[in-house]
Amino acid sequence: MKLNKNIAVSENGFIFNPLSGDSFSTNPIGQEIVRLMKEGKERKEIVSALMDKYATDEATIEKDLSDFFQMLFSYQLINEHE
Amino acid sequence: MVKLSYERPVIQKLNTGSMNKFGTRTEYAPFTHIDNVAVKDLIKDYGSPLFVISEQQIRKNYQQANRAFRTRYPKVQFAWSYKTNYLNAVCKVFHQEGAWAEVVSIFEYKKALGNGVPGNKIIFNGPDKTEEDLELAVNNNSLIHIDHFDELYMLIELLQRINKKASVAIRVNMDTGVYPIWDRFGFNYENGQAWNAINKIMSHPELELNGLHCHIGTYMLSAGAYGIAAWKLCDLAVNIKAKWNKVIDYIDLGGGFASANTLKGSYLQGSDIIPTMEEYADIISNTILNFGFKPDELPTLFLETGRALIDDAGYLCGSVIANKRLSDGRRATIMDFGVNLLFTAFWYNHKITPAQEFSHHTEDMVVYGPLCMNIDCIRESINLPLLNKGDQVVVHRVGAYNMTQWMQFIQMRPNVVMIDTNSKVHLIRDKESLETMLRYEKLPLHLEKIDL
Repeated sequence: MKLNKNIAVSENGFIFNPLSGDSFSTNPIGQEIVRLMKEGKERKEIVSALMDKYATDEATIEKDLSDFFQMLFSYQLINEHE
Repeated sequence: MVKLSYERPVIQKLNTGSMNKFGTRTEYAPFTHIDNVAVKDLIKDYGSPLFVISEQQIRKNYQQANRAFRTRYPKVQFAWSYKTNYLNAVCKVFHQEGAWAEVVSIFEYKKALGNGVPGNKIIFNGPDKTEEDLELAVNNNSLIHIDHFDELYMLIELLQRINKKASVAIRVNMDTGVYPIWDRFGFNYENGQAWNAINKIMSHPELELNGLHCHIGTYMLSAGAYGIAAWKLCDLAVNIKAKWNKVIDYIDLGGGFASANTLKGSYLQGSDIIPTMEEYADIISNTILNFGFKPDELPTLFLETGRALIDDAGYLCGSVIANKRLSDGRRATIMDFGVNLLFTAFWYNHKITPAQEFSHHTEDMVVYGPLCMNIDCIRESINLPLLNKGDQVVVHRVGAYNMTQWMQFIQMRPNVVMIDTNSKVHLIRDKESLETMLRYEKLPLHLEKIDL
């Protein structure tokens, strides 16, 4: 799951897509997922990293991650659909 | 290592140039307690969804309304509008505060009697009264408010047959500058129908015309309309005195005062645009006081306001069943309460607040109920924190009409509790069960056996 090229991510959660000119904001966990994606982590690794850090179950993370990826896809921040 | 509390990831596109000039607040401040009782404890003990009624708020509302009118007008009597919320516990709080009963069916009438309201302190309104109903009301010396000529003639025949007298009023409908006119109830003022009914009543010795009644609408945003209504009823009273030398005992301005709920389509919040109780009281009192009645002939002012006295004393606590994404990308949240319980969601944008702490991140969402029916939508668009399955929310100002107009449709009706003035919780209506429903069904013998 790779972010498209040239997507700029600020430290406080703002995302800028220079191709479309769109800006986005994310919450802290959203920032973390984007950071892990930039590091080239696979979906499994992202789930595992979130499981280690947050008090929730795997099913919730899986479900919310799918929704998050779908939103990234609809905003043209990733090219591949899950 | 202690794990961090989880919030689901969210990404939102930033749009410029679409600021909300009205600055409507996002409801992310959690509403964790109702009258010092934790919402999570209420749901743990009584289930979700759950209607919660604050006795303290009812008493506060009643006392405030009573004070607003009594400080402006010497003779005021409130009558609790049963149809707004006829749970006995609710009615009894109003009766303890001094309210009479205002009913619109024999079912409500018998409920009021059962609550210990003396017959002569029950106002019997509405278009549906049978001869049997009227006879009961006559025998109890109740205040019968006649709605149409058929009722008038039926009552005259009844009184002649049983050789009794009845205390009556007529309901008058009128143009108060608010449209559409509620002219389906009562006799019209402008076209002379009301005066015609008055003359008929006055010419029948078995009928004693003691009052004049109107109810000009519901959720009235114009206090001025009540001034016009009071003026027209006073005009009839003065003309009755002039022609028949009969002093009218009371003028009943009905109800219709708005609560602070926000109507769908309204740019401004309900609480910012509704008249205060003092404004309603001011215009009604001034109109009657300045009309020219002799001091000893000043009519008693009856008020039957329901919504404004009970709406903000009612809460609906519920839980999130699921989150989903709609085809156009909008977030949808499914709650365990729907239009089956929240009938008023059809015309109000109800305020919904989470019942637990959240971060400041929010999302626009549609809030649906649990019914497998497309109409079951509580809010078409609302900005709320990132709710998860199982999270609890509180819907505000649901005390009026929901606990009378609720539907047993797909789901059954839940528990209703009242929190008393010492923050003690009382169950005042049991949740329904399958047995509740089956109790009323009958199965023909030949349908008992099935073989699949």
